[in-house]
Amino acid sequence: MKRKLLVFFLCLLFLVGCGRNASQKGITVAGSTSVQPFADKWSEVYMEEHPGRVVNVQGGGSSAGIQAALSGAADIGTSSRELKPEEKVLHEIVVARDGLAIIVHPSNLINNLSIEQVKQIFAGKIRNWEELGGQNKNIDVVTREEGSGTRGAFQELVMKKVRIFRGCIVEDSNGTVREIVSGDPYAIGYISLGLVSEKVKAMNLDGVKATDENIITKKYKLVRPFLFVTKDEPAGETKEFIDFVLSAEGQELIRKEGLIAAK
Amino acid sequence: MTTLERNEKLIQLALLMIALSAISILAIITLFIFKEGMPIMFKYGVNKFLFGLDWYPTEQSFGLLPMIIGSLAVTAGSLIIGIPFGLACAIFLTEFSSLRLRQIIKPIIELLAGIPSVVYGFMGVIILVPFIREHLGGSGLSVLAASIILGIMILPTIISISIDSLQAVPRSYREGSIALGATKWQTTKMVTLPSAKSGIIASIILGMGRAIGETMAVIMIAGNAVSIPHSVLDPVRTLTSNIALEMGYASGEHRQALFATGVILFIIIMILNTIANATAAKQRTK
Repeated sequence: MKRKLLVFFLCLLFLVGCGRNASQKGITVAGSTSVQPFADKWSEVYMEEHPGRVVNVQGGGSSAGIQAALSGAADIGTSSRELKPEEKVLHEIVVARDGLAIIVHPSNLINNLSIEQVKQIFAGKIRNWEELGGQNKNIDVVTREEGSGTRGAFQELVMKKVRIFRGCIVEDSNGTVREIVSGDPYAIGYISLGLVSEKVKAMNLDGVKATDENIITKKYKLVRPFLFVTKDEPAGETKEFIDFVLSAEGQELIRKEGLIAAK
Repeated sequence: MTTLERNEKLIQLALLMIALSAISILAIITLFIFKEGMPIMFKYGVNKFLFGLDWYPTEQSFGLLPMIIGSLAVTAGSLIIGIPFGLACAIFLTEFSSLRLRQIIKPIIELLAGIPSVVYGFMGVIILVPFIREHLGGSGLSVLAASIILGIMILPTIISISIDSLQAVPRSYREGSIALGATKWQTTKMVTLPSAKSGIIASIILGMGRAIGETMAVIMIAGNAVSIPHSVLDPVRTLTSNIALEMGYASGEHRQALFATGVILFIIIMILNTIANATAAKQRTK
């Protein structure tokens, strides 16, 4: 029995040792769930082209990513909102731009809303689709949770000083918002433009379609930056990865995935 | 002192240490939650936390009332669904079914307890939520959906403990009642159930504990709106989902406010448990 226990502990020690070794190599990228799928893409291609390099991508949210960069828990923090003044000590690199799409169920008859109407809907002033020219059905408004980068950007770009009303359904990721809206014919929500799929319909805003072209020409107003933040001036492997991300190849990757290049 | 006695003492001491360490973990958790959560409650006023309607933590507005009501509503709803089904099932299996049937059904019910809550939540989103949306209206993400799913989740707890306590009722009670001419149902209603009451109440307490603490399934199907629900079809957020939803993003006072949510949840569970234990104890002394 004693011998068995000893063997068990030795194995455990061995495993712990291995774990340490593995995590010493490579860099960690953590933060925004909006940036995560694109960071995954970058790291995948980067690791393919640079054998031996390891990039771990984690979620957690913009604020968590910024915190992780500040504390050194992650080499690169990702954020889908602008840094707050007290977070400006970090180095920030704009790696992409993303549109914010207002999405509804594909069967929804309305194709166009003004930004003011969107604001009224999320403020709880407009509660029925009839007021917008649709069916006589209550609007199921879906928002993100407090602290989310996407919500932060939406608040900044659409709501300004007005609060999102209390009766909103709250979901904790772009994916779940899309899932709810794709299942509910009377729902409205907002997600990253890059994640819009055929299951939902992106609204035109003030008559402007949510397309890359309209974002580049600044006609489409709901645009936010995707940031990489680091504690110190990027160096070594971190710098190498960021350079890859900003390279023509790296930017082409995200353009294919529906994002807008940084420059 | 002989070696035997000394060994006995040593074992006693070791067991005491282990028991204390389990308790000390509880103490550490309690201390930590209160230490993190209390300062912000006092800073903005306990009243504002308990009775405030607005939860905008990034704007220093920390009203938890909608979530307190949400937790209570969802728990009550799950008990309304779980108790009748659970009790009926337990009574059938102990009093009316054959031994063989019980030996098949009971393990199956206990298997229900082994299904991870995220699976329950997923089933809720895929099946129950669209059903409610199409047939009853609203978005489907609602108090009702959460109550039904939680009601099912607490069934195994209620059923298996109720069965144990019904089986513990001495056979002579039932025989006596039947000898007096009572039917099987009369015996169950007037003799067996009252004798097993404290065990049944204990099963309900444990079920309630599971319902109020459940997080994952509730986040997926309750809609998480921070407003007091006006009907069972309105979305609702519970205290536990509030912590889990916003934990990833929270920093500074927002984070402390989530710990304050934990403090309130802790206190509510303490109060409910005390009430429930007191009733159970009262029943036992009767």
